[in-house]
Amino acid sequence: MKELSLHILDIVQNSLHAGATEIEVTIAENLHENLFSVCITDNGHGIPAKELLNLQDPFFTTKKKKTGLGIPLLKQHAEMAGGNIEIKSEVGKGTTITATFEHNHFDRQPMGNIAGTITGIIRANPETRFIYKHSFNDKEFALDTTEIKTELEDIPINSNEVLRFIQDYIHENLNKLYTK
Amino acid sequence: MSKVKTLDDLRKLRDELKSKTTLRDRSENPEGIVQVKVAMATCCIASGSRETMNYLADELEKRNIEAVVTQTGCMGYCYAEPTVEVKMPGKEPIVFGYVNEKKADEIIEKYIRGGELVEGIIPMNYQSIDEDKK
Repeated sequence: MKELSLHILDIVQNSLHAGATEIEVTIAENLHENLFSVCITDNGHGIPAKELLNLQDPFFTTKKKKTGLGIPLLKQHAEMAGGNIEIKSEVGKGTTITATFEHNHFDRQPMGNIAGTITGIIRANPETRFIYKHSFNDKEFALDTTEIKTELEDIPINSNEVLRFIQDYIHENLNKLYTK
Repeated sequence: MSKVKTLDDLRKLRDELKSKTTLRDRSENPEGIVQVKVAMATCCIASGSRETMNYLADELEKRNIEAVVTQTGCMGYCYAEPTVEVKMPGKEPIVFGYVNEKKADEIIEKYIRGGELVEGIIPMNYQSIDEDKK
């Protein structure tokens, strides 16, 4: 993975695989604390306690294939950038995974195309409620697909025109967030 | 500062789209249109499947081909990511490997538009790694 936004796309696939109907991605950038954190919370079926211990093992997976590299790769990249990952899960309730990074660490991966990640997820999973929050120091941007669907009335959220709007909406609001 | 889109702009877009008669929910008749599934697991994402999916969706629309583009899990052909399954109406699905933007363009023009097979097809009898050994 070359970008954090790709890790996010990857971890969200786990939530979808766990049958989540609500997924929240929260990115917090705080230059004063030199912190970059990514938190993904879902209401999927959760992970049993004994499997939680194995999650960081690249050769552990509950799928048919033989490897489970998503979480180990994220862990490796977080640790390379002075951070770590934390996973909390409760069966029947959902899972929260938080990855932290030192914001100015040389090895911290760039955010990358987060708008492409978000629109990609919405395109393929229009039924899932998806919330994206991004803060930079004390400013915050938030997007909630439920709110967008309410505005859209009967226009499908995964129509190309709407997805293009969402992509621009994210780009422009993030730029605003980063502007002093 | 440049203009930033707001939900007001979304409402304007909604009204614009409502006045267009061509827009309809594509999920109502998925069998009658081209169905494209892009594999989106760790191996695929690391190889560029997000860009492939967004490219295919944009280009199919630009070229006026009615299609639904969605994602699927790992198909087991991790060596050939990004992999894409294309199902033309009334035909068996075909899986293509190594689908970058250039390959995606070729698939749209030659296979989807022209019905001509292109290089890079993963044969049906190829055993994927997630198949159980018998």
